[in-house]
Amino acid sequence: MGTPGEGLGRCSHALIRGVPQSLASGEGAGAGLPALDLAKAQREHGVLGGKLRQRLGLQLLELPPEESLPLGPLLGDTAVIQGDTALIARPWSSARRPEVDGVRQALQDLGLRIVEMGDENATLDGTDVLFTGREFFVGLSKWTNHRGAEIVADTFRDFAVSTVPVSGPCHLRSICGMGGPRTVVAGSSDAAQKAVRAMAALTDHPYASLTLPDDAAADCLFLRPGLPGAPPFLLHRGGGDLPNSQEALQKLSDVTLVPVSCSELEKAGAGLSSLCLVLSTRPHS
Amino acid sequence: MTTEVGSASEVKKESDQLGADGTKEKPKEVAENQQNQSSDLEEEKDSQSSPSAKSQSSPRRQKRQKDPSESRGISRFIPPWLKKQKSYNLVAIKDGGDKKEPTPAVVEEQVLDKEEPLPEEERQATGDAEEAAPRKQQVINVDIEEEKPSVSSPETQPAEEVRKEREEEKVKEIQEDKSEETAKRETKEVQTNELNGEKAVQKATKKTKSVECKVTLLDGTEYTCDLEKRAKGQVLFDKVCEHLNLLEKDYFGLSFQESPEQKNWLDPAKQIKRQLRNLPWLFTFNVKFYPPDPSQLTEDITRYFLCLQLRQDIASGRLPCSFVTHALLGSYTLQAELGDYDPEEHASHDLSDFQFAPSQTKELEEKVVELHKTHRGLSPAQADSQFLENAKRLSMYGVDLHHAKDSEGVDIKLGVCANGLLIYKDRLRINRFAWPKILKISYKRSNFYIKVRPAEQEQFESTIGFKLPNHRAAKRLWKVCVEHHTFYRLVSPEQPPKTKFLTLGSKFRYSGRTQAQTRQASTLIDRPVPHFERTSSKRASRILDGVAVVDQSLMKDSPGPGEVSAYGRGAVSTAIVQDGDGRRDIRSPTKVPHVHLIEGKKNSLRVEGDNIYVRHSNLMLEDLDKAQEDILRHQASISELKRNFMESTPEPRPNEWEKRRITPLSLQMQGRKGDHLFKDILSMTEKYQMASTWTVEEKKAQAADKSSHETLNVVEEKKQAEVGKDERVITEEMNGKELSPGSGPGDSRKVEPLTQKDSASLSSESSSSSESEEEETGLYRPPNLLPEEEEEEEEEEVEEEPSQASQVVEREAAVPEASPGRHAGASVSTVETVTQEHVVAPKIPTEKSVHEGAFKQDVSEDTEDEQHKVNGEVSHVDIDVLPQIICCSEPPVVKTEMVTISDASQRTEISTKEVPIVQTETKTITYESPQIDGGAAGDSGTLLTAQTITSDSVSTTTTTHITKTIKGGISETRIEKRIVITGDTDIDHDQALAQAIREAREQHPDMSVTRVVVHKETELDEGEE
Repeated sequence: MGTPGEGLGRCSHALIRGVPQSLASGEGAGAGLPALDLAKAQREHGVLGGKLRQRLGLQLLELPPEESLPLGPLLGDTAVIQGDTALIARPWSSARRPEVDGVRQALQDLGLRIVEMGDENATLDGTDVLFTGREFFVGLSKWTNHRGAEIVADTFRDFAVSTVPVSGPCHLRSICGMGGPRTVVAGSSDAAQKAVRAMAALTDHPYASLTLPDDAAADCLFLRPGLPGAPPFLLHRGGGDLPNSQEALQKLSDVTLVPVSCSELEKAGAGLSSLCLVLSTRPHS
Repeated sequence: MTTEVGSASEVKKESDQLGADGTKEKPKEVAENQQNQSSDLEEEKDSQSSPSAKSQSSPRRQKRQKDPSESRGISRFIPPWLKKQKSYNLVAIKDGGDKKEPTPAVVEEQVLDKEEPLPEEERQATGDAEEAAPRKQQVINVDIEEEKPSVSSPETQPAEEVRKEREEEKVKEIQEDKSEETAKRETKEVQTNELNGEKAVQKATKKTKSVECKVTLLDGTEYTCDLEKRAKGQVLFDKVCEHLNLLEKDYFGLSFQESPEQKNWLDPAKQIKRQLRNLPWLFTFNVKFYPPDPSQLTEDITRYFLCLQLRQDIASGRLPCSFVTHALLGSYTLQAELGDYDPEEHASHDLSDFQFAPSQTKELEEKVVELHKTHRGLSPAQADSQFLENAKRLSMYGVDLHHAKDSEGVDIKLGVCANGLLIYKDRLRINRFAWPKILKISYKRSNFYIKVRPAEQEQFESTIGFKLPNHRAAKRLWKVCVEHHTFYRLVSPEQPPKTKFLTLGSKFRYSGRTQAQTRQASTLIDRPVPHFERTSSKRASRILDGVAVVDQSLMKDSPGPGEVSAYGRGAVSTAIVQDGDGRRDIRSPTKVPHVHLIEGKKNSLRVEGDNIYVRHSNLMLEDLDKAQEDILRHQASISELKRNFMESTPEPRPNEWEKRRITPLSLQMQGRKGDHLFKDILSMTEKYQMASTWTVEEKKAQAADKSSHETLNVVEEKKQAEVGKDERVITEEMNGKELSPGSGPGDSRKVEPLTQKDSASLSSESSSSSESEEEETGLYRPPNLLPEEEEEEEEEEVEEEPSQASQVVEREAAVPEASPGRHAGASVSTVETVTQEHVVAPKIPTEKSVHEGAFKQDVSEDTEDEQHKVNGEVSHVDIDVLPQIICCSEPPVVKTEMVTISDASQRTEISTKEVPIVQTETKTITYESPQIDGGAAGDSGTLLTAQTITSDSVSTTTTTHITKTIKGGISETRIEKRIVITGDTDIDHDQALAQAIREAREQHPDMSVTRVVVHKETELDEGEE
C-alpha cells in the first residue's frame, strides 16, 4: 500500500477514446450540448494524447471513437480506478451506459481487477469520485447517488469513502482535484468551496487547499508516471483556456506543470479528469 | 495513577453506602450479634484475635464506622422505613448468602443507569457534615464503651468483626491500587481470613466464594482463573496481562458479551460482578485502543497481540479490506508464523487453516502465497510490524462502530476512533466530528448527543442527537467516547467528578492511562525481550488441543491467591477474596435504598441532561490544532502559496507524540491538579470571605455552629443557582433537538435553529465556550461541573504553574498551632481540646504494620468524607498525591512555629512545644512527606493572595488559609487548614485526626498533603484567649 498519499497519481498507462463526429452535432448525450468545432475538439484531444505519451511517458491506449457514443471521449465517467481495481461505473444517463463496455474490456486487458456496480438503483459517474491518495470523496451530484457511492466504498475497502454533496450542475472532479499528495485544489465558486469545506470536515488527514479562480482549472491531474520516486507532473488547463488561474497554479511548486487545452471539448462537458483514465499496471510494485 | 483515580471514585461510592449504613449500625449490630451468638467458635476466636486487633484497631474501626455516616449524612435523609429495610436486607443477605445475588445485580443496574448522585442531596450532606461530626463522636464514644467491656463478651465481638470486615473492604478499595500499602492490607486480611475460617459455618460459606473466570485470549486459547466474587475488573485484567506477559497493557481491555450484538468493556475500576449482573463470567481479551502508530509500541509482544486482534478483526469483517490488502496482510501473517516461504514445507500447510479474510477464496490464498515468497528474510517481528504498518492505514482501523439512527430515523453507524466521532451510513462516511470540534458529549435515555463547535461561519454551537437502540447502548457509546477522547487526546485522565457535587450525570471517567502516559511508561520498560510463541493462525484447529494444554500450564503458572500477593494489586484482591463475599453482600443491599433515594430526588431535582461529558482542559492536541495551522501557513507563505487549510486537525504524527513524550507528563498533570485545587480554593475563598477572620473562631460553639451553617447555605445557594442555569441550558438544547425532529437530514443535522433562538439563555454557555475556543484551553464545560467553571478563569494562571508547582501545593490538615486565640475559643465550652494534624502521605510504602495500614486507610477515607462536609467544595480525589514537604513558613500563613520532623514514611511522634500555646499536655504528631521541594521550602516568593476561611460547627472550627505565591515563575498555592475540635467528652483523637485528613484530602484532591500535624491538648487552656 505504500506510504499514504504516495500512491496518488502512480501510473504507467493512460486510456483515452477518440472524438466521434456525433459529439459535434450535439445529438448525443441527449440535449443541451452546444455545437462545437469538431476539428478543434479533435485537435485538442490529439494534443492531450500526445502530452500523455510524450511529455509524461505513459503508455497510451486510445480506444476508437464510436459514433453511437458521442460522449465516449469522456471515459473518465465510466470507471474509477485505484490500484489494481477498476470499478466500472454506472452512468446516470442511460444513453451513456454502453460507453463502459469498451472501457471495461480495455481495463481488463490491462490486467485490472474489474468490479461491476451490479445495482440497478446505483448511479455513478466516475468524475464524481476524487481519490486523494488516502481516501475517496464521492460527490453526490446530479449524476451520482448514495447507492453509487456506497458501491465505491464497498469496492475500495481499504479507504475511507466519504460523501460530499455537490450543488450545481457539475461533477465533483470538475470543481476540485489534487494538486499534490497533500494539496486539494478547488475552484472559487460557491459549489467548489462548499465541497472543499465538506471534505475538510470529513477527512482524517490534513490537506492544504489551493483555491483557483476558475473551477475548471481545478480539474487537473496529478500524475507520477514511471518508477517510484520519479518527479510528479500536474496536467492542467493551460493559459489559453484559463488565463486567470495560471498564476495560482504556479504556486504548486513541487510539480512539473504540463498545460493542455480542451476548451472546445469543455463545451461538451469534458474536463481533464473525464478525458483520460490513468492507471498503473503494477500498482503494488 | 489513573487506576487509582478510578478506584477512588469507587471508594467514595461505597463509602456513601457505608455511610448510610453507619447510622444504622446499631440495628445491624444487633442483628449480627444475634446471628453470631449462635456460634461458639466465633466467640473463641474473637477472644483470641480481638485483643490484638482491638487494642490496635478498635478505635479506628469505630472511627471508620462513623466516618461513613459522617461523610455523607445521607442516611439521615433516608426515610425511616428505608433505613429499616436496609438493615433487614443486611440480615437477610447474611443468612442467605447467595440468594442475594439477584438483588445486587438489580441494584447494580440501577446504579449503572443512574449513577449520577443527586447533587442537592449531596451538598446538603456536605453541609451537614459538620453537624454530623459531633454526633458521630458521640456515637463513637458509645461504641467504645460497649466494645471495651465486650472484649470478653461474645456478642459484641461479632459486631466488631463485621465492622472490621467493612473496614477492610474500605481499605481494600482504597488501597487496591496502591501497591505500597498492599503489604499492610494483606496482613490485615490474613487476620480476617483466619478469623473467618474458624468462625461460623455461615460465614465460611460466604467468604470462600470465588468465581471461575474464563477469558478468551487473542490467540483463541482460554485462560481460566478463580476470582473473588467481589473483585474489580482490574484484578482480572492484571491477571490476564500477567499471564500474557504483557506490559503495555493500556491498549487492551476485557470485554464481555451482553448480547450477541453488544459487547461491553469491563470497567477495571468497578466490581466485575456488578457489571456482569447475571451474565456468566466469560470474557474476551481485546484491544481496546488501537495505537494509531503501532511502530511506537515498545515491545514486540504488544505488537504481536495487536496483530492477533487485527487478524480477528479482519477475519470477522469488522476491519474491511480490499482483496489486495487481505492478501498482503495474509502474507505477512504467514511470514510471521511460518517464516520464509519454503516450497516443501508449504505443501504441508493447508492455507485454508488460515483465515485471511471473511470469505476466503482460492485466488486469495494463491495471492497470499505469491506475496509470502517476497517476504523472505523478514523476522516474525518484522513481519508483524509490516502487517501493522499496512493495517493501520485501513480506514476502519480502530473504529468502534455503534448502530444508531439519526434524527430522521435513518440507520447510521457511529464510529468512535482516535480522532473523533465518525458517522457512517452504510459504508459511507457522511460526517465526522473530530474531538476538537466536540464540546460536549452526553446521553439521555437512549439518545446520544454531541455538542459541536460552531462551524466557520456560524456563531452558535449545535447539538446533534442520535438515537441508540436503547439506554444501555447509549451509555455504552457515551462511555466509549469518553474513554477514547481521554485516551487519545488528553495528557492525563480527567478526574472523575465528585459524587457529591453537582454532577448531573454519570461520573464515569476513563481511569486508565492515556496514550501519552502509556507511551511514556513504556519507554521505561526495561526487560529482556520476552519470549513468546506465535501461535499459528490455524487456531481453529488447534484450539481444542491447545486449550487443555494451555490451561494446565496456566494453572501452574498463575499464582494462586496466596502467592499472588507478590504481584501487588491483583494479588491483594485475590487474597481478599477469600474472606469474603459476606461483605459485599452486606453492602450491596444497602445500595438499594440509596438508589431509590437518588431516584426520587432525581425526579424532582434532576435536570434533563442525563450524562454529560465535558471535554477536559488538559487536552494535548487542542493547541496543536492551531499551531499546526500556523506552521503550515508559514510554510505556505514561504513557498508563496496561499493555502487555506481544509482541516485544522492534524493527523496523529509521530513528531507530536514525540514531543509530548519528552515533556514530562507527570509534571503537567500535577500542574493541572494544582490548578484544580487552586481554582477550587479561590471560589471557595470568595464565598467564605466574609467569615474569614480569625475572630470568628472565637465564637462560642453554638454561635459558631450557626454561622457555619449560614456559610454553607450561602455556598449552596450559589451553586444551585448556577446549576439551575446550566441545567436550563441543557434542557433547552435537548428540547431544541427534540422539537426539530423532522429537520434532521440523514447526515446528522444540527439543531441550530432552536439553539440559536435560545441564544440568550445559552449565553452563559456559549460565552464560556467561545472563550475556550479563543484560549484553546478552556475546555471545561460549565454545565455539569460547577467548580470547574469557576476554575476556568484561572486557567491561564494554572497553566503557568510548572508541574513542580502543583507539588508545592500543600495541604495541611488541622494545624494545632493555630493561633492561641483560636484554641481558647475552641476550648471555651469544652473540657478537652484536641487538635490533630496528620500528614497523610498516601502512598508511603514503608508502613508495614497492620495497624498503620488500617490507620492510613482510615485517614484517607475520613479525609474524603470530611471534605465534603466542610466546604462542600467539589474536588477530585487524587490518590496519586505525592508526599511532599511543606514549607513550614509561608508569609501569609499564620505563624508556623511548629517543629516538624520530616520523615517520609514513618510516623514520628514527638512532643513539640508550640510556641504560643501553653497547654499542659501536648502531643504533636507530625507527618511529613519525604520529598522535599527545595524551591518551596526556603524561598517564600511573592505573595499573590492570601485568604482565610473559617467555618465553625458545634465542636469543630475549621480555618482554611490559602496563600498563593509566586516564586521564580512558579506559582504555588498553599493551603493550611486548621481544625480545632473541641469536645466535652473523651474524643476519639484518631477519629478527629482522620477526619481532618480526610477533609483535607477530599477538598483538595488535586493537591498533595504535605504535612499533617496532630496536636492534642488535654487541658483546657483559657489563658490563651
